[in-house]
Amino acid sequence: MSEPLLKMRDVRIDGFTDERWHEIIKGVDLDLHHGEVLGLIGESGAGKSTLGLAAMGFARPGCRLTSGEIVFDGMDLMAMSERRKQKLRGTRIAYVAQSAAAAFNPAHTLLKQTTEVAVRTGVMGQKEAEEYARELYAAMDLPNPRTIGERFPHQVSGGQLQRAMTAMAMCAKPDLIVFDEPTTALDVTTQVNVLAAMRKAVKDYNTAAIYITHDLAVVAQMADRIKVLRFGEEVEEQPTAQMLSDPKEDYTRSLWAVRGIEKPGESGPDKILELKKITAAYGTTPVLTKVNIAVPRGKTVALVGESGSGKSTTARVVTGLLPPVSGQVIFDGAPLPPELKNRSKDQLQKIQMIYQMADTAMNPKQSVGEIIGRPLRFYHGMSGTAQRERIAELLEMIELDPSFADRLPGELSGGQKQRVCIARALAAEPELIICDEVTSALDQIVQEGILKLLLRLQKELGVSYIFITHDIETVRAIADEVVVMYQGEVVEQGLKEEIFAPPHPDYTELLLSSVPQMEAGWLDRAIAERRELVDSRGEVATD
Amino acid sequence: MHPVLKTVLARLGLGLMTLFFVSVVIFLSIEMLPGDFTQAVLGQAATEETVTAFRRELGLDQPAITRYFDWIGGVATGDFGTSFSGRAASGVDRSRPVVALIGPRLENTLFLAGMTAVIAVPLALFLGITAALWRNSIYDRIVSSTTLTTISFPEFFVAYLLILFFASLWPVFPSLANVSPQMDLWERVYRCILPSATLMLVIVAHMMRMTRAAIINLLAQPYIEMARLKGLPARTVILRHALPNAWAPIVNVIAFNLAYLVVGVVVVEVVFVYPGIGQLMVDAVTTRDIPVVQACALIFAATYILLNLFADIISIITNPRLLHPR
Repeated sequence: MSEPLLKMRDVRIDGFTDERWHEIIKGVDLDLHHGEVLGLIGESGAGKSTLGLAAMGFARPGCRLTSGEIVFDGMDLMAMSERRKQKLRGTRIAYVAQSAAAAFNPAHTLLKQTTEVAVRTGVMGQKEAEEYARELYAAMDLPNPRTIGERFPHQVSGGQLQRAMTAMAMCAKPDLIVFDEPTTALDVTTQVNVLAAMRKAVKDYNTAAIYITHDLAVVAQMADRIKVLRFGEEVEEQPTAQMLSDPKEDYTRSLWAVRGIEKPGESGPDKILELKKITAAYGTTPVLTKVNIAVPRGKTVALVGESGSGKSTTARVVTGLLPPVSGQVIFDGAPLPPELKNRSKDQLQKIQMIYQMADTAMNPKQSVGEIIGRPLRFYHGMSGTAQRERIAELLEMIELDPSFADRLPGELSGGQKQRVCIARALAAEPELIICDEVTSALDQIVQEGILKLLLRLQKELGVSYIFITHDIETVRAIADEVVVMYQGEVVEQGLKEEIFAPPHPDYTELLLSSVPQMEAGWLDRAIAERRELVDSRGEVATD
Repeated sequence: MHPVLKTVLARLGLGLMTLFFVSVVIFLSIEMLPGDFTQAVLGQAATEETVTAFRRELGLDQPAITRYFDWIGGVATGDFGTSFSGRAASGVDRSRPVVALIGPRLENTLFLAGMTAVIAVPLALFLGITAALWRNSIYDRIVSSTTLTTISFPEFFVAYLLILFFASLWPVFPSLANVSPQMDLWERVYRCILPSATLMLVIVAHMMRMTRAAIINLLAQPYIEMARLKGLPARTVILRHALPNAWAPIVNVIAFNLAYLVVGVVVVEVVFVYPGIGQLMVDAVTTRDIPVVQACALIFAATYILLNLFADIISIITNPRLLHPR
């Protein structure tokens, strides 16, 4: 075989944490040929992004390339001056970032940013570059490719921005593009289209790519080969088909089989919470329209839908943070005052929340004991020994050692932080817990632990959950009933098995078919199905 | 109507309302000042009859509310009333309209402010941007510590230091900035160099530090990393990708400092004996020349309001979210 476009040998990278340098990439090899797509996969902290950026000879602030060989098209990036590397970036090697909304400069139009590099380096003239950019916009399936470039980043949707960023990366005709989790921030229904557009563009222009993601099902659609990373080391690398059917390493297999939780959906006649014809608005912008939802006692109701569908707003109405315009919230048979400040302590105590970002939901200066102790004192007037004993009991309940009470949130891992948040909610002894995307920020294996914990607690304590998520796999694992929401309305509510079994309303169908599946060819099928759905509805469903 | 125009008009309306409230506050606080102009002027001759007559002549016998509306009504038509000074119990009225008193003084103050701003603002921006570009370099440290030094000294101290070095030990500039209307432009500029330099040392520091901070604040943004990964040189990253998003805080601090050049320069004016509006106001307060004090206070308030309005407008038009709504 010919010399690879990119060759990395025994690459080592240090990161600066806790006042000293740690090795975060521990000698990784990588080969990439012209026109080839390599998937880099692993959990957070595995060093995927760091390795992807190293392919550009770039280290983020707080990181440094220490040793190894990075050869791009015969040029040694390790030995090259920063100035010469800067000349390669953008023109020969381009980068597509995770959040397009943050990676586009809000002050300039899309077209200006797309053509910037090509024009500045003299690859093309301004006119020529603009024409090429429009061609790329069309290739990325952007609406109105002739004129969309005149818009500012805030004027287009997240999915469109992500496509525009791929066009921006391709504008100077690079040989290699590093895609760094490019669809992680998107809704599943949007993700499908963006993935398809990216794959097509990379293929049509014969660009090589490194595709970084934590989502196996996504990488299975995009990559020719997959490399699994863990703790900065390679676990294994294989062609995609082989990797899917026959992974060699146990770790890889554990990534595959992480969703082992199976639970039949059950309902009950006794409702702990009922929303009756709730209509809510932010100012004059309506966000919920006549929403009816019922939560059976001791069961889990999952709210699913894409961002903007009104899931979190529903939670805000239940907690009283956003009084509805009309409609009633009935809790335990009695109507709740719509406004938080009118609710009694007793009513407050019975509904608790757990948030997505455990990091920001805890005061970093308070110890775990203080965090859990606060609701104990506030709701139950506990202090001293009684409080300490109860804290220890709660920590045991969430499978942490009682000695954790003296630790600060900063000393805990992501999963442990979320467990402490669960303990804080339990400390109030609630009857209903609202879980808002509580596992979205966590790795697969950690997610599984949290979900199992929540299920066990439900069984032991009989607490009910409203589980807000956009992840269908999580729903399959934990829910009894499912509520599908779309644009502020409830599309359907029912037992998990009923909702997931055909026939579906169109939107449910779209949502379910958008969830990436771990099999080759899923993306093509999903796109084909989507065309039919859109045709039958006569409208573009998303994006 | 374009939403930005609407916002600007709304701000303008708010500004006028603020000015109105400020006028009330000015009037009330002067009402509450101890002492009485007529008694101060008449001195020994202040018998009950002369005081009453004099008060009637000045209109001080009217109730406060009438006097307020007389005053504010006049202001609305550009008439700030007549100064009290020059009046005496003798009956000979040599008093002058407030506008004639303030006009040339305000002109002088604006001249000094303008001259300072023309150099100080670009200089501060240049220093701030370059310090951000080469941050933590020797250059950045020198600029940062120098500006921190000049900002820490009281301005009269800076003024006397400058006089000591540039007017006394090495006499190249005049220590007195006694300008007059007959002077040609270059003579004026020459005489104003030391007061202007004093002001510059104080305000450049402010503006430069804010420019540097506003830009550095943005450098952690993902779009800045993206710009670097697009292979853009550091200069382009700062000028094209960071600066356009940093204007709002920078412009605000510039407006604040320009307002200071008009309303806060009294110390510098006194040190250099510069015939500006600050000195006029201080004199007017000592002689209890109420119409002049009121007019000066109102002008100062208007300056603040106007400059902040400009800052707001610039913040709005440099924010594409507001200028190009969805």
